[in-house]
Amino acid sequence: MENDKHYDICEENIFSSGHQACPGCGQALAFRYVLNTLGPDTIAVVPPSCAAIISGPQPYSSMRIPVYQTTLESSAASASGIKRALKSKGKDHIQAIAIAGDGGTYDIGFQALSSAAERGEDIIYFCMDNEGYMNTGTQKSSSTPHYAYTTSTPGGKTTMKKNLVEIMAAHQIPYVATATVGYLDDLVNKIKKAKEIKGTRLINILTPCLDGWGLTDSSAVGISRLAVTSGIFPLYEVENGTRYTLNYGADGTPVSEYLKVQRRYRHLQEEQINEIQAEVDLQYSILKRKIACFA
Amino acid sequence: MIKESKAMLLTGNHAVSYGAMLARPNVLPIYPITPQTPIAEKLTELQLNGELEAETITPESEHSAMAACITASLTGVRVFTATASQGLFLMHEMLHYASGARAPIVMANVNRTIGSPWGFWPDQTDSLAQRDTGWIQYYSESAQESLDTVLQAYRTAEQVLLPAMVIHEAFYVSHSLEVVDVPSRTLVDSYLPPFDPELYLDPSINRSWGNVVNQEMFWRHRKALGEAMDQALDVAAKADTEWKELTGRGYELLEAYRCEDAEVLIVTMGSMCGTAREAVDMMRDQGTAAGLLKVRLFRPFPVDMLQNLLKGVPRVMVMDRNFSPGLGGILHQEVKAAVCGMEKAPAVHGFLTGVGGLNVSPALIASLVKRTKLKQADINSIWVGEEDGE
Ligand SMILES: Cc1ncc(C[n+]2csc(CCOP(=O)(O)OP(=O)(O)O)c2C)c(N)n1
Ligand code: SF4
Ligand SMILES: [Mg+2]
Repeated sequence: MENDKHYDICEENIFSSGHQACPGCGQALAFRYVLNTLGPDTIAVVPPSCAAIISGPQPYSSMRIPVYQTTLESSAASASGIKRALKSKGKDHIQAIAIAGDGGTYDIGFQALSSAAERGEDIIYFCMDNEGYMNTGTQKSSSTPHYAYTTSTPGGKTTMKKNLVEIMAAHQIPYVATATVGYLDDLVNKIKKAKEIKGTRLINILTPCLDGWGLTDSSAVGISRLAVTSGIFPLYEVENGTRYTLNYGADGTPVSEYLKVQRRYRHLQEEQINEIQAEVDLQYSILKRKIACFA
Repeated sequence: MIKESKAMLLTGNHAVSYGAMLARPNVLPIYPITPQTPIAEKLTELQLNGELEAETITPESEHSAMAACITASLTGVRVFTATASQGLFLMHEMLHYASGARAPIVMANVNRTIGSPWGFWPDQTDSLAQRDTGWIQYYSESAQESLDTVLQAYRTAEQVLLPAMVIHEAFYVSHSLEVVDVPSRTLVDSYLPPFDPELYLDPSINRSWGNVVNQEMFWRHRKALGEAMDQALDVAAKADTEWKELTGRGYELLEAYRCEDAEVLIVTMGSMCGTAREAVDMMRDQGTAAGLLKVRLFRPFPVDMLQNLLKGVPRVMVMDRNFSPGLGGILHQEVKAAVCGMEKAPAVHGFLTGVGGLNVSPALIASLVKRTKLKQADINSIWVGEEDGE
């Protein structure tokens, strides 16, 4: 892929050290690049999630911007309210963003998100996708992948991960993209790109969770790279619901390389691993066809 | 008194829309529900005509409507919304969130029965079930009062930084036509200054809201919210007096109608007040000393004021168009609690009248007054049907 993409990461120091994420958490790294790339003219909405913990308990804040903590299902509606108020005051240059977990996005907050997208609300929505309800102790969300262990699916989840990006693309919003912390250049470029666009924009960031996935403290970045190279989580963007671009994708790494280093997949039999491989291959070929079709 | 107004034939709901328009809200997140819909429709029409400059948000639910109201308000602008029954219940979580965030939103609620089963009838259980959410609650009995109260509610809410609900009942008030004095913009602008809070969400101020707090901070926060509610009593009274000076119309927080030397004092809220007033006149003409005490402000509940008005009154008869299963009439319970500890407290009778939207006639009220005079007060609220008066 295009590994030579130029990028600079501007460190505006909006995100501070000393926050309360688990040391080595993938999401904390995403926070740093999201906020520092967006800069100070930003107001963030955060629902209950690990993101809220990272935001900080009163009177502390890890972010040098105003942060409004909302209810679990309201992120997109809350960000809409902020943006409309700013617009009515002639302060349209300030970005209203939401930083929510996958549970708050794929599940309980999905109704509000879908409506905001349909209304074309001028907000940037970041989903910190760690594939489960981590804040409440690792229960499944509709983002939890097939066969993954969570405390509410102790035998492994029997259904597939919901494809949020395709659903949001079907809303025909100007910008939807996937990103992950193993490819910071790509993440930063996508944030910069989103910042320049008007309308509803969503970036789904795969942020490995050490405890929920059963990872060692230093493995978040490596595992996020494996998610991409195995084809499980390709990095791509969809503009206006039709223009697909692949940024980083599979290089032939088998999914077993990705699965075997995670405790949540420890119970898998070979047969199930093969099944996952077949599912990933199918989805990847569909994505490639879309890219070719709209190229 | 500034005599600047235009007489218009309006329903209660459209009167609310005109009140909201005159308050110049910046953001209007609204979700439709019968019988609130005409409020929303009139506002979007006024916006299209250029009479109202506002960002309208058409979200997928009342929950999101209230979520957007809260953040728009916290971003420092005036917001308005309206709902009814199921919509109000869907908002419940966000109602607490709004008062906790000290967002002075003004919302109209049109009282409608709550499912199941489905109904569209006037019944105050929807808003009364929100009495612990930290919202100021006004109950109105007419289109004119609803318009005037929307403006008074903004004055009160923004001074104490608490959200306020202006409530009237389905159809009896919401859809009945009445000649309404619509005040001029100049008059309203002189009464209601622009919303200009000290703190709001803005990078130049850089303050946040909603982070996790410890027990002590939570305790302090709840206490401050309670103090703001207490303060709302004086602020609301002043907002009413000043409105009266400008327009000649004042409503008091508790209105005493022909209460002098009353043997029985009827206490109720909303549209039944109009009927009760008629019943009182009728009974006074026939030599029965009945009076009406209208509760206009239900939250904060004006307990001191109520005790003063009930001094020397032997019997009180509360009429509730609402029902809390396992408890009875909600106003009945509140009045009993309010008179508790009073020297020579009146006997408090309670009737569940008009629950589910049943019609309550002046004759029915007169028969309940008669019963109140003759019988001992029951601890529980008593069910009254349409036929019970005959
Ligand atoms: C209405 C409501 N239901 C349940 C909760 C409890 N709750 C808090 S965080 C959370 C899980 C959030 O999961 P996700 O959005 O994926 O964020 P993560 O914790 O994984 O970062 C739940 C269920 C809540 N706060 N509000
Ligand atoms: S539980 Fe997981 S997502 Fe949450 S802070 Fe820890 S590592 Fe990060
Ligand atoms: Mg999660």
